[in-house]
Amino acid sequence: MNDNATAAVDRSERSSMRSLTAVLMQRIQSGWKTLVVGIPNVWLLVFFLAPFFIVLKISLAESIIASPPFSPLVEWSEEGALILQVIFDNFIFLWEDDLYFNTYVNSIKIAIISTVLCLIVGYPIAYGIVRSSSTTKNILLLMIILPFWTSFLLRVYAWMGLLADQGTINSFLIWIGLIEKPIRMLYTEFAVYVGIVYSYVPFMILPLYANMEKLDMSLHEAAADLGARPMTTFLTVTLPMTAPGILAGSLLVFIPAAGEFVIPDLLGGGNVLMIGRVLYNEFNSNHDWPVAAAVAIVLLLILVIPMMLYQHIQSKQAES
Amino acid sequence: MSQQADNQDRPWLDPDAEPFIKVQGVTKKFGPFTAVDNVDLQIYRGELFCLLGGSGCGKTTLLRMLAGFETPTSGTIYIDGAEMSQVPPYERPVNMMFQSYALFPHMTVEQNVAYGLKRDGVAKADIAMRVSEMLKMVELTPFSKRKPHQLSGGQRQRVALARALVKQPKVLLLDEPLGALDKRLREQTQFELMNIQDQLGITFVVVTHDQEEAMTLSTRIAVMDEGRFVQIGTPTEIYESPDTRFVADFIGSANMFEGRIVENGADHVVVRVSDPRIEFFIDHGMSIKEGTKVWIAVRPEKIKISKNAPTESGANQIQGTVLGVGYLGNLSTYRVQAGSAKVVDVTHPNQSRPKGDRHAVDWDDQVYLSWDPSSAVVLTK
Repeated sequence: MNDNATAAVDRSERSSMRSLTAVLMQRIQSGWKTLVVGIPNVWLLVFFLAPFFIVLKISLAESIIASPPFSPLVEWSEEGALILQVIFDNFIFLWEDDLYFNTYVNSIKIAIISTVLCLIVGYPIAYGIVRSSSTTKNILLLMIILPFWTSFLLRVYAWMGLLADQGTINSFLIWIGLIEKPIRMLYTEFAVYVGIVYSYVPFMILPLYANMEKLDMSLHEAAADLGARPMTTFLTVTLPMTAPGILAGSLLVFIPAAGEFVIPDLLGGGNVLMIGRVLYNEFNSNHDWPVAAAVAIVLLLILVIPMMLYQHIQSKQAES
Repeated sequence: MSQQADNQDRPWLDPDAEPFIKVQGVTKKFGPFTAVDNVDLQIYRGELFCLLGGSGCGKTTLLRMLAGFETPTSGTIYIDGAEMSQVPPYERPVNMMFQSYALFPHMTVEQNVAYGLKRDGVAKADIAMRVSEMLKMVELTPFSKRKPHQLSGGQRQRVALARALVKQPKVLLLDEPLGALDKRLREQTQFELMNIQDQLGITFVVVTHDQEEAMTLSTRIAVMDEGRFVQIGTPTEIYESPDTRFVADFIGSANMFEGRIVENGADHVVVRVSDPRIEFFIDHGMSIKEGTKVWIAVRPEKIKISKNAPTESGANQIQGTVLGVGYLGNLSTYRVQAGSAKVVDVTHPNQSRPKGDRHAVDWDDQVYLSWDPSSAVVLTK
């Protein structure tokens, strides 16, 4: 009787031990899971969200002559009270000064036109790569990526050499007798478009390529079989099916193009107003950090809208 | 009169009938590889014609040439009297059902089916009517608003069929139409296809590697090998009177014996085979010289198997030992060792229930195999 009871206790103890290890194992496992999922979240928090809040904080401050050159957001007063000082002057200033408004509009205009140009240039290239044989395909893809092996800055300088009044293109055109005086290209909007399209067209081609690679070519045959001419096939099958690639590529071009600094600065000179240049001037020439931060925050908001639209369309597509 | 009526069902026997699809000396080369090698073919209106062969035999290439996706390297194709070499796919009076179905993934079932009609500029009201009629016929009305990825394999296959049929083409081309379906669905769809073909009277050209599918579906079969036709004929002709060893082996299974003609009479032929030692007595005359090397094909189901010796002795029978029994329920297959190296396959319907576990013929039994003089086929190639 007693023996039995001891045995029973023993058994229950052993089973509780077993369940304990099981729970422990589970904890460890779920701990690993949290860690694996957690690392990217921490990364985003530290390197994206935190800087964003720092910039936001600066944009709500006042420019002062000190180091750092802006008023603190939170301050202990002499009486020991906590003072929160939020100043919206910088945003109001941006809104009231035409220069900033026009610069934003111009930046977005240039970004949109550049994106469309990249699409016009990139779409046929991506399609051509997808349709070529596998060896040619690899060579062509390599050629798209090859420019990245040279510094971006160097490539823009190269364009300065090509587009200048005494540059390669003008010299060549004069030499063959097509023109007598050099055509002004450097320091115009045209040069900025050339620079942006040249620099960002790979970002259009690569997502389009990835999207088109999955295109089932028998769909084109099916459309032709059902009576669609090549143009109709393109409009009713190819274009709608590559829409996700077009969208992804356009975003990858539009967003950096809107905030571009180097290209308008080097190729546009003082003649092309873009927000990147204005931001640079506020920080470095005017030394007005709060206004510069406000410029950056507004730009961010403008760029977040297309991003969210994209997300919305993507999630809608995933649903259907 | 009765001959006339017969030929209405079998236009290929009527020398005056005009073929609907005419393929003349067509060759297709991909670089050094010849996919289709100088073939001639006539397909008649309302036929359900099968191109049958293993992978790489050129059957799909030939179908794609009919659709206009490939241009023949040489030769001409006529469809309904018109020469097709300069006609692009979108102007041909044919529609194709693709092996992968090639449904447009960004369109609903309805939009997929309506696609071809829209291209033809059919009035909107007519499109809606014809699409809904078509969906009703393939029993997909409840799924008309779904996208292809929300459908099962069988449903997708029916959308593909509806999309190809709604334009009422003169010819419907089907590339392995049942390939992606499971066995039960295949059988059901096979008969649906035959019904639809009967109702609409459209000429079907079907490509398949599945001999069973070809046998049940078609009015005629063209067996292809290495870009050429090996034999063209009705399922019965192809099965019962194959021209070559390839056809005999490819369609169904056959026991093949190698021998020589030893006697060639007006109404019979005798062939002697060395392993196993048998004499085949064939009950019809042939124009082959004595001493010619020939092959004899006997279908497994044409051989009788018995533990008792046949009453007559002589030709068309051998003795052997049962090596293996495969019990399939409706029939059993036996592998019988009948010569030093020769194993003969026999299938036998199970017409009576076995008593207990004992089958009429079992492992290691000594058996007699025999067949009718009309059952064996003599092949010279």
